[in-house]
Amino acid sequence: MVNGRTPKIRLLNAGKSFHTSSEAAHVALAAGNLDIYEGEFVCLVGPSGCGKSTVINLMAGFEQPTEGSVMIDGKPVLKPDPDRIMIFQDYGLFPWKTALDNILFGLKCRGISKAEAKKRALAALSGVGLSAWAQRHPHELSGGMKQRVALARALAVEPSVLFMDEPFAALDAFTRLHLQDELLELRKKRKITIIFVTHDLDEAVYLGERIVLMAPNPGRFENNITIDLPYPRDRTDKHFDRYRKELFEAFDLVHKEAGRIRKEAEGIQEEGSGI
Amino acid sequence: MAEKIQKFFLPTLAVVVFLMIWQYAASHYTPDLFPGPRDVFLAILELIKVGRLWKDITISLTRFSIAYSLAVTCAIPLGLFLGRCRPCHRAIDPVVQLLRPISPIAWFPLAVLWFGIGNTPAIFIIFMAAFFPMLLATISAVRSIPAINYKVANNFGAKPALVFLGIIIPAAFPGIMTGLHIALGTAWIHLVAGEMLGADSGLGYLIIDARNFLRTDQIMAGMLLVGILGLLLNKLITAGEQFINKKWGINAQQ
Repeated sequence: MVNGRTPKIRLLNAGKSFHTSSEAAHVALAAGNLDIYEGEFVCLVGPSGCGKSTVINLMAGFEQPTEGSVMIDGKPVLKPDPDRIMIFQDYGLFPWKTALDNILFGLKCRGISKAEAKKRALAALSGVGLSAWAQRHPHELSGGMKQRVALARALAVEPSVLFMDEPFAALDAFTRLHLQDELLELRKKRKITIIFVTHDLDEAVYLGERIVLMAPNPGRFENNITIDLPYPRDRTDKHFDRYRKELFEAFDLVHKEAGRIRKEAEGIQEEGSGI
Repeated sequence: MAEKIQKFFLPTLAVVVFLMIWQYAASHYTPDLFPGPRDVFLAILELIKVGRLWKDITISLTRFSIAYSLAVTCAIPLGLFLGRCRPCHRAIDPVVQLLRPISPIAWFPLAVLWFGIGNTPAIFIIFMAAFFPMLLATISAVRSIPAINYKVANNFGAKPALVFLGIIIPAAFPGIMTGLHIALGTAWIHLVAGEMLGADSGLGYLIIDARNFLRTDQIMAGMLLVGILGLLLNKLITAGEQFINKKWGINAQQ
């Protein structure tokens, strides 16, 4: 418990497995607990297959846990909710709508009057520095711009939680750094809870107040690292480096362990095929 | 400049060469058997003079528009529904696949039996020719809408009506448009067949009527007109398609 607050998001023994018809169930996420507090910026990191996407999809309500429960504001998450918007790696913009109309779509869903929606959409666009691009369609925008529009669309409906599933993974390195700063800048204005999935460890140390390290086979929560550094962070700072080292070491352990398990599994298979 | 040559000069040249080959080939036969371009041109003038040409063109285009619009109003809503309802599609698909390979012309005996000679059999046959390409294109357009679109709409709490009008229809639109394009071609081809077999007016009938009087020049005039009108219709829908693709950000292939 941080400061004795009650958590905003709770995973209570939550797990997810898929039942394939043939063999044993595939465990995407072993039952585990995770508390996320209001206004916290949490990064989920881990090698592929560690269930980080499963976790964010469970929290966003796109998927349901097969055991345990996911609670937000004390209520179980049964379906997606406009109070908690997901940002996708491939943007999820509607290609037939202009940047402005994409943002208006979200507001229209909320039943906000036309005039008010327009005002808020334009404000959101200017918030991400894209006022001049309001009438452009997504295919006329760069990747970074598209993700800014998606961010503006999300923020326009004033959600209390932002789920970000590897949002900057498809962008080039410079654009990624820019967007990281812009995200932190936007968050200064309104302290929104952010759950950020990434496989970029530097990104996690730069953005997160807390990093949840996950491990594969089966996907599970492995480690919590609190990054106690003020924003804006300096990548060349020695404290930054210390956290970075700590995370890389922890990650390395997870990684090696994953490799060992995989090798073992392969070994068993080889033995099996030898018979 | 090179662009201009490619766009205007070369096609014009091709038409001229085509006319020359036609003229050359025709010169080996009597005009009654194989009329040349000049005879056909004169035949068109004659058809205009007797006031028949515009009448037949208008009738054909009217029938075509009625049948095509009818196919649009039936195929697209059904396609949208089947594209969304997987079990329904699974159930109906065998019937669709059974009916689809039957040439619309095969329906002609029944069409005349049911509807008599006149507008209806022709409209029916054009409808049959247009319906299946439209239906199948609509189903596949709806089914290939990326799941992320629904995820986003769902996340923002879009009501079903908004998902339908604001997501499904526009997302499927380019695919539906391709279906409309294909259907336009097949339907226009079957217009002639429909009018030859079950009508007493229109361009198809013009051809069959000319045959009865052994007016080969008028037969070719009719064929040429069908070709020219088909070309214009195709240009029209291509322009519409390109406009949409541009708006949707799909690279229009030339």
